[in-house]
Amino acid sequence: MTSTFTPDTSATADISVEEQQFNDLIEADSRIEPRDWMPEGYRKSLVRQISQHAHSEIIGMQPESNWITRAPSLKRKAILLAKVQDEAGHGLYLYSAAQTLGATRDDMTDALIAGTARYSSIFNYQTPSWADMGSIGWLVDGAAICNQVPLCRASYGPYGRAMVRICKEESFHQRQGFEILLELMQGTAEQRQMAQESVNRWYWPALMMFGPPDDDSPNSAQSMAWKIKRHSNDELRQRFVNMIVPQAAVLGVTLPDPDLHFNEETQQWDLGTIDWTEFHEVLAGRGPNNAQRLQRRRDAHEDGAWVREAAAAYAIKQTARKQCARTEEMASK
Amino acid sequence: MSEDTVSIDSARADADDHGHVAVAVTTLDAELIEGPSLATPDVAEYALWLGDDALVLAQQLGAWISRAPELEEDVALGNVALDLIGHARSLLHYAGTATNRTEDDLAYWRTEPDFRSLHIVEQPNGDFAHTIARQFVVSHYVFELYSRLRASADQTLAAIAAKAVKEVDYHRDHATQWMLRLAQGTDESRRRMITALSDLWPYVDEIFRDEPLIDRLEGIAVRPSSLRPAFDAAIAPVFAEAEVELPNGFVASGGGRIGKHSEHLAFLLAEMQVLTRAHPGASW
Repeated sequence: MTSTFTPDTSATADISVEEQQFNDLIEADSRIEPRDWMPEGYRKSLVRQISQHAHSEIIGMQPESNWITRAPSLKRKAILLAKVQDEAGHGLYLYSAAQTLGATRDDMTDALIAGTARYSSIFNYQTPSWADMGSIGWLVDGAAICNQVPLCRASYGPYGRAMVRICKEESFHQRQGFEILLELMQGTAEQRQMAQESVNRWYWPALMMFGPPDDDSPNSAQSMAWKIKRHSNDELRQRFVNMIVPQAAVLGVTLPDPDLHFNEETQQWDLGTIDWTEFHEVLAGRGPNNAQRLQRRRDAHEDGAWVREAAAAYAIKQTARKQCARTEEMASK
Repeated sequence: MSEDTVSIDSARADADDHGHVAVAVTTLDAELIEGPSLATPDVAEYALWLGDDALVLAQQLGAWISRAPELEEDVALGNVALDLIGHARSLLHYAGTATNRTEDDLAYWRTEPDFRSLHIVEQPNGDFAHTIARQFVVSHYVFELYSRLRASADQTLAAIAAKAVKEVDYHRDHATQWMLRLAQGTDESRRRMITALSDLWPYVDEIFRDEPLIDRLEGIAVRPSSLRPAFDAAIAPVFAEAEVELPNGFVASGGGRIGKHSEHLAFLLAEMQVLTRAHPGASW
């Protein structure tokens, strides 16, 4: 892989022993662990990426939880519930991974509900149709897998290990989304229409999940040099399109890109032009559901404050009681 | 295909490694499907009692997901809801064998008077204390029920109960821990917990009422009234530790087992059934 960014991994006179060790570990494709020395920029970059990923999992619960109570069969209800619950679990592992870098969960939560932290814009889209549960699984989780499988080899140990487990679950999620769409496409005319309409809405936003084109991605080069990120946005996007085109054929849905065609020379699927205006609009907070998503998270947090306070107060009382009992026991001896 | 891509086919192989969505959650246990027994009409009616309680409660808990007081509770309430959907599916599947209907026929195509759920599971989520109070009562009752149902002369009911009781034991513990935390936490949480218990208690009595059906299912069903002493004995130490008096007020008239429901059930069913009913004959 080539990069226009040249990381400072060479030994120079003014580099510390610790920094040299860090550079050597990166160079050797080893893992950096929480107790290892690391450059401040590396730590910051990881906290930013991991917490954004955690927030995305948490906000990402909402578009799907929207359908838990209305899932059209008990089997689908169980699978959807399990999937949304997995997302809460992913959020928890990721917050823990960020905590190993010195971030606190309270700070991360506060940043999320204050609207100052980023999360994946894809979750600002709405889910008006049951078929959206299929599209989210197939396209959104499919795109997430393409992004995330390389992260299992990320240089920071706790992140890489969290991603191994997350990716296993995400592949199940993608499969269940594909199955929802397959079932719809094999169903009634109305169900087929429901599936196609949903794919039409999610296809382009899913492609935008890989982030801006490589020549417009400010953080990518450094992340790649540090081996946090392994492939460029455009590379991953291409890989995703190559993966889903044959799957769309199996489903019998069309992808809403009239310019999509197979390039014999590169043996890849060339796509049409992505309308980045929409991406920037959603990113700037003008997506369909940005305000609602944050409001829900804020409400859950604020409505639950008394419960968390109760749990904390109870824990303190329990500790005090145990200490008291121990003191009395000692005194009676 | 490169090492970094995951195809739908390779995802298939991973599905069994999945932490929470075991195959058991998404497909019914083989013995329940292949089992030789068809439920008699009375056994089917009894299976509806228990299955509808589990289904309605699962539906309620499912509405908490993404709204819980902390992420750990999104996960915990999600787990409880998933277990309950599993119980509901097994019980409704079995009930359906009497009339050649599927679990989904029973969940989505019956109207309110044909449901057999207790009023307590129909009570709204309310605040977290109300949800915990409801969980506390129901999981203690269901634990005692399934513990005895394991010895049922009906093999299918016994098998379902044997599997479910282990899960309900966890639900009981979860609710008990929260009841203690809330009752002994802050002044506000204590006030809310006491209010919730007092709001829910009118619906406790119905749980332990015997109906004529029970007389016809001697050795198969568990007589509800026989569970009351064990229930009272199990909850008493928790109330004592929580330093909360047992509520003592109204007793609601009930009637869920004969299709007379609270006003809440119709709304819950409307939401649960809306999509399915818009597409008769469709499969999902």
